[in-house]
Amino acid sequence: MKLQDIRVLVMRVGGTNCDAETQRAFQALGVQAETRHLNELIKQRNLLDYHALVFPGGFSYGDYVRSGAIFARMLSAKLGGELRAFIDQGRPILGICNGFQILVEEGLLPGFDGVSGYPEVSLANNIPQGFKCEWVYLKNLNRGKCVFTSKIPQGKVLRMPIAHGEGRFLLPKEKEEQLLQKLVDEDMVVLRYCNKNGSDADGKYPANPNGSFHDIAGICNREGNIFGLMPHPERAFYWWQQPDWTAQQFMPQFADGKLIFESILEHLTKKL
Amino acid sequence: MSLYTRANTPFHMHLVDTAQATDEQLLEVSGELGLCLNLHEMKQIQAYFKAQKRNPTDVELQTIGQTWSEHCYHKTFKGKIRFEDGREIDSLFKTYIAKATKQLAPKWCVSVFEDNAGIVSFDKGYGVAAKVETHNHPSAVEPFGGAATGVGGVIRDVLGVWADPVACTDVLGFGPLDYDYNKLPTGVKHPKYVYRGVTAGVGAYGNNMGIPTVNGAIYFDESYTGNVVVYCGCIGLLPLKKFRKEAKTGHILVVAGGKTGRDGIHGVTFASAELTEKSEEVSRPAVQIADPIEEEKVKRAVIEIRDRELGSATTDLGGGGMSSAVGETAERYGCGVTVDLDKVPLKYAGLAPWEIYVSESQERMLVVVPPENLKKALQVFQKEDVEATAIGTLTTEKRLRLRFEGEMVADLDMQFLFQPLTSVKTAKIEKSRLREPVFPEPADHAQTLMQLLGAPNIASKESVVRSYDHEVKGNTALKPLQGNYGGPNDAAIIKPLDGSWRGLAISCGMNPNYGKIDAYHMAASAIDEAVRNNVAVGGQRIALLDNFVWGNPEKPERLGSLVRACEACYDVAMAFRTPFISGKDSLYNESPLGTVTPTLLITAVGLVPDVRAGVSMELKAAGNLLYIVGKTYPELGGSEYYKLKGFLGKTVPKVRTVQARKTFYAMTKAISKGAVKAVHDLSEGGLAVAASEMALASEFGLELDLTKVPSSGVARDDFLLFSESNSRFLVEVDKKDKATFETLMKGKAYAEIGKVTKKPKLKIAGLQGAAIVDASVEDLRAAWKRTLNRET
Repeated sequence: MKLQDIRVLVMRVGGTNCDAETQRAFQALGVQAETRHLNELIKQRNLLDYHALVFPGGFSYGDYVRSGAIFARMLSAKLGGELRAFIDQGRPILGICNGFQILVEEGLLPGFDGVSGYPEVSLANNIPQGFKCEWVYLKNLNRGKCVFTSKIPQGKVLRMPIAHGEGRFLLPKEKEEQLLQKLVDEDMVVLRYCNKNGSDADGKYPANPNGSFHDIAGICNREGNIFGLMPHPERAFYWWQQPDWTAQQFMPQFADGKLIFESILEHLTKKL
Repeated sequence: MSLYTRANTPFHMHLVDTAQATDEQLLEVSGELGLCLNLHEMKQIQAYFKAQKRNPTDVELQTIGQTWSEHCYHKTFKGKIRFEDGREIDSLFKTYIAKATKQLAPKWCVSVFEDNAGIVSFDKGYGVAAKVETHNHPSAVEPFGGAATGVGGVIRDVLGVWADPVACTDVLGFGPLDYDYNKLPTGVKHPKYVYRGVTAGVGAYGNNMGIPTVNGAIYFDESYTGNVVVYCGCIGLLPLKKFRKEAKTGHILVVAGGKTGRDGIHGVTFASAELTEKSEEVSRPAVQIADPIEEEKVKRAVIEIRDRELGSATTDLGGGGMSSAVGETAERYGCGVTVDLDKVPLKYAGLAPWEIYVSESQERMLVVVPPENLKKALQVFQKEDVEATAIGTLTTEKRLRLRFEGEMVADLDMQFLFQPLTSVKTAKIEKSRLREPVFPEPADHAQTLMQLLGAPNIASKESVVRSYDHEVKGNTALKPLQGNYGGPNDAAIIKPLDGSWRGLAISCGMNPNYGKIDAYHMAASAIDEAVRNNVAVGGQRIALLDNFVWGNPEKPERLGSLVRACEACYDVAMAFRTPFISGKDSLYNESPLGTVTPTLLITAVGLVPDVRAGVSMELKAAGNLLYIVGKTYPELGGSEYYKLKGFLGKTVPKVRTVQARKTFYAMTKAISKGAVKAVHDLSEGGLAVAASEMALASEFGLELDLTKVPSSGVARDDFLLFSESNSRFLVEVDKKDKATFETLMKGKAYAEIGKVTKKPKLKIAGLQGAAIVDASVEDLRAAWKRTLNRET
């Protein structure tokens, strides 16, 4: 399929607030990207008109109860059938920050044994506590399953900003090692927080900014078509969004986050 | 005999027998109903209703009280001021603030002082709207809610000119965090509690709405212990051809957003009174409850209504709630208005009509729509899950009519309502009794420098800044914190428009400590600081916003200093050719601990012709040259250095406007020509602190020579290091650009004073040639980061 024929849906509800820049990143790469309110999709029943679905960052429905929980319940209740079909057809879904929290609450990620329908992991309150907005280093650990990092060499260090108060990735304590092994074996680990030189953050602040288990910043499902990450690739798309461009002699034309958008579009153009 | 009679209505309403009331009773009514009106004003009301041959309802009295409040009508700034010597000023606002703008009359000012926010042109048919508000009183009573609703309010102001918010600012003033609990009077909250609550509130609102908080400052001052200072600003973008102000008779008023409840009753009268021990008890209902998600939804709907041109006017429901939004809208478009208060959606039943009308419940907008668009407009709100209701109509007859369940509960002549008595206040200029301290030059300047870097007003605010999302929307090209070590950039640059390289430089200036010495120079310095911060990153064509926080203007010496500050605003704005486009005053900041230090916040919004030419403050490469631009004077009065030594002093920094303007112009040229690598302004802590900050934000060091610093009458190393003279910059220049830079600076006070070194050390040679500072940059960084970045 040609790039310009690809249709990406950025889904929002009250409190979503990173939709415009996420849509802009896709549009800059030449695809059709639209932002639609969940209410419109419920009315028009046209989710399956889109080739890829994105849940952008924000504080959906105020993030009351738990971050992403209400949006997830609304999805299941109002759009469950179509969403299931969308997933079963292997269409890609991306969740950024609050979007990641939504995918976890919806039971789409990690999906150890397929869609779970309940949260199997947690994105808990940061340690150190509180909302934090800063740039971090990330390492791509994925061996090739995740369609959102297909263009990023394994082991490559990327830089993107985070902006969240609840991003501490946790596995159930009693099965922690076993489930981690599963994540690794099934190639579901995608991005880990790391030091500038790519060495492990080892859980240490500030390289690991929120206390995530195993420094995990982003994971995908077993099939590799659903991907969630806490950092914001759409805020690391253009060179001038980077924090140190004023200090650089020669700046690359784009920032690292662009690779994620390019990867998924390359996947779609090849597949469709 | 009671003056109040229960009206013969099924709902709660009283008639007030003003006709029979004595002067004393009139004042009692003003007090009992929380109107905060003085006797003259009450007598004006009495006369009006006598002529009408009837008594007012409580709804009418409340409506008048709100409309005539200091907060809504700015009586002090619009009224007359008399000095003892007979000099009279007819409106501070017209005589100084607006006069500068009027005389400068730049073409790029689209709308100034008229609407909820000032508007200047930007690029590609877009304009930029800017507004800064204070929310001091509510934040003193309930820090989190007060600050959060302050942010929410100013965002709605920007929405109120159909602009889409693109950035927020916040400037905060607290008492010292180590304030002795035992000295705290009853009813005053500890600065640490207030600091935590306010910063959390600002962050919660901006983050939840997805508007980046890109610029701000935090000041600590004893006087802020009882009077916390919370300034919230918002910048928005709007396509100018969609800036619609064409409401007319027959158009329908739609109230949209949050429901109305008893929160925020009498917020404006509360804001126009002094804080007392009882404020908490009496005024807790005056603080509103914040729901940023509601406002996010309202924002989406208002912007869609704008884009589809469904509305003919809009305004926010802020101070005074419906009473000011409805009345002012009718007044602005030369109409009358009829509103059915029983149609207003309520949080809970049982509100009296007057409560509905003056409630300041949050997240509400008033949108005026032509009748043919009503259905479409309501659908837009519905899609966003926002409740919207038609509540009234603009009418030909110039009367404000309010109905409740079919009964008329208010019927006022618009002309009477919008022509309150001109206030006449007395001012007095106090003679300064301050003295310059005399003390020997300390031996160890390095230690002083470390202490200054850790002083609360200078120390890194990173722990707060990073709790605000400053990157959401992905348009923040120059962040508030620079580089790996979070250096303090002088201003933020946002690039708000896709397909345009134009940027907005947003900066601020505030020097409360100078206000203790001289309000004129305090104000002048604040303007200079805001402008030079803006210039430092590449800002041009700068517009200013003024926000006064002052004590009780009924006290002549407080009013006298306010006049002085306004004089400075006019003088400096004219000299710099930087018009004021919007402003707001918060008076009556008095608490059991005394009056607030006269404080003027200047916010500057500049245009960056091309963000690619933007400059950050950290050192860039070893071997580069370091210049100082601007002259240093022995002006240590109110400085952080004197404060550290326990002095206030007298010689407050002045602004030499002619030289300053030349300096700014030359700097702008040097930046746009790409002849500079880094620029940092000199402010609190002077040269030594600015140089330290440039180094500690980088991997490099600096070697400086004080003998080369252009100065006038400064014979001491410590004065050269720490003087806070205005209009100065430190500039890093690549050797290859030396000639270009020096040519541009010809005729200005400037000098090459050192160079950037690979070794991360700050070495400063004193006037005698010997090294007076030799410190590792790592130590400087640690000192700077320590104070506020612990878990305070």
